[in-house]
Amino acid sequence: MSVDTATVAKIASLARLKVTEADLAAMVPELNGILAWVEQLGEVDVTGVEPMTAVIPNHLRLREDAVTDGGIRDAVLANAPAPEHGFFGVPKVIE
Amino acid sequence: MTDLTELGVAAIREGVAKGDFTAVEVAEAFNANVAAAQGSLNAFIVATPEAALEAARKVDADRAGGKALGKMAGVPIGMKDLFATRGVQTTAASHILEGFTPQYESTVSQKLWDAGAGMLGKLNLDQFAMGSSNETSYFGNVVSPWRRAGGDNAPLAPGGSSGGSSAAIAARLCPAATGTDTGGSIRQPAAFTGTTGIKPTYGRCSRWGVVAFASSLDQAGPMARSVRDCAIMLEAMAGFDPKDSTSLDLPVPEWEAGLSANLAGKKVGIPREYRMDGMDAEVAKSWDDGIAWLKDAGAEIVDISLPHTKYALPTYYIIAPAEASSNLARYDGVRYGLRDLPDGANLQDMYAATRAAGFGDEVKRRILIGTYVLSAGFYDAYYTQAQKVRTLISRDFEAAFGHCDVILAPTTPTAAFALGENSDDPLAMYLNDVFSVPASLAGLPAMSVPAGLNSQGLPLGLQLIGKPFDEQGVLNAGLAIESRAGFTAKPEKWW
Repeated sequence: MSVDTATVAKIASLARLKVTEADLAAMVPELNGILAWVEQLGEVDVTGVEPMTAVIPNHLRLREDAVTDGGIRDAVLANAPAPEHGFFGVPKVIE
Repeated sequence: MTDLTELGVAAIREGVAKGDFTAVEVAEAFNANVAAAQGSLNAFIVATPEAALEAARKVDADRAGGKALGKMAGVPIGMKDLFATRGVQTTAASHILEGFTPQYESTVSQKLWDAGAGMLGKLNLDQFAMGSSNETSYFGNVVSPWRRAGGDNAPLAPGGSSGGSSAAIAARLCPAATGTDTGGSIRQPAAFTGTTGIKPTYGRCSRWGVVAFASSLDQAGPMARSVRDCAIMLEAMAGFDPKDSTSLDLPVPEWEAGLSANLAGKKVGIPREYRMDGMDAEVAKSWDDGIAWLKDAGAEIVDISLPHTKYALPTYYIIAPAEASSNLARYDGVRYGLRDLPDGANLQDMYAATRAAGFGDEVKRRILIGTYVLSAGFYDAYYTQAQKVRTLISRDFEAAFGHCDVILAPTTPTAAFALGENSDDPLAMYLNDVFSVPASLAGLPAMSVPAGLNSQGLPLGLQLIGKPFDEQGVLNAGLAIESRAGFTAKPEKWW
């Protein structure tokens, strides 16, 4: 499978990456080179093989249903680029 | 007086404990080396000489007060700038996190401070740990302290992604440093710089507070100049952490006390698929040296097969970008880091502009690949297929460990290359990790130890891969090589 400019533009939009026409022109052959190389996985017979989910056997733990953290609003906001009134600030999202 | 910066972790800890020198003297000596090398090697993004001194003063005071000293007491270290450090900028070598000052400390760094270590600074790396040459950092390339013999002064790559760590250790800017390894990011830079580093079993070291790249692969580990120093530091870094859902709830073994270079009764596997056509003759020769050394240590050498080896790299370059594209979705210009808000932009425009401005080319490339292989219609063909092949790669190791205790292979296909040599071709760069990626995909402990110098005077590393949880077996085989290789070479100081 190979990608064209329109596909890369679509992927970039899904990934929320702004790209210029020039970026796209450079990216298409690069991504096609990488995709052509990973295609070789298609030749591996994986009949009856389960996809890997955990590399080292481990079980997911449950913890006690209790409040163990919180009350640190200022610390949470300390690195926000535009905090307002104790909240994260974003551009207007409703018209 | 001894040059304190020539000492390793064990020697510093012992000297401080005995009173041969103070922790403050050690910190001052390393602080001076860090400052003197910064303009030439660019190993650190931020130096923190005061933090190193403060930790050292506390150790000296504890010793004077007769208090028990920790495993790393008086040892100043470099901290890869992927670990969140409270009050000290943490960037993952990216523009998008420039200025980010964590309000919390990563579990691994906290454990090291609790053990008496001090921080010399935050080490440069490939951006978001994506790279094998330290050329993707927003804060500039790290230059290896090594140069080719014969007057060619071309700046060489220190490896990546832990390139600041490897360069700093080789140049005596720190006796040890933290690294992280996703597909070889501890082992490959260690091999390129004549240093030693171990990636433990996946889950040994907490990932909490470590900037995420590919969560099913990321694992922290120590880098230093000897196997013993790595064992000491790994003991201080490892341990169960309820804040990491994949953390192993197991006691931390006493790896240092368990060190033994006697391999009598042990079997060492030599994977035939790693002996590739057109292999660098000097790398092949160092591998043969390693085999002879391990035989001399009492081990039996057995031929093993890891049939899916050739598929490991393409598998990795689907899984790692897929996980990265998901992990890096968090950089949105809202909660922390860079925000780029063009005039009149809406929220979606702001996300796209921020991420375009904040990520470097290699990071964008991997986000795009990852987004593509996870997108509707392609998920099964790429991602599910890769996860199935990953199962087969893991089974290869399981079967091989039915016949041997530890595996010996080269760490890298070549010695260090020059900066710029591979940077135009992403695929050529990816091939550097051909020997290190398989163990990462299987979550196995693996280490690189220096084996010698090639004809250009550059270090070559040998890799040891162990069974899950058997860091001890890996360290012991590493020690057997270290004690026979007699590697004492260090880069001639030019910086």
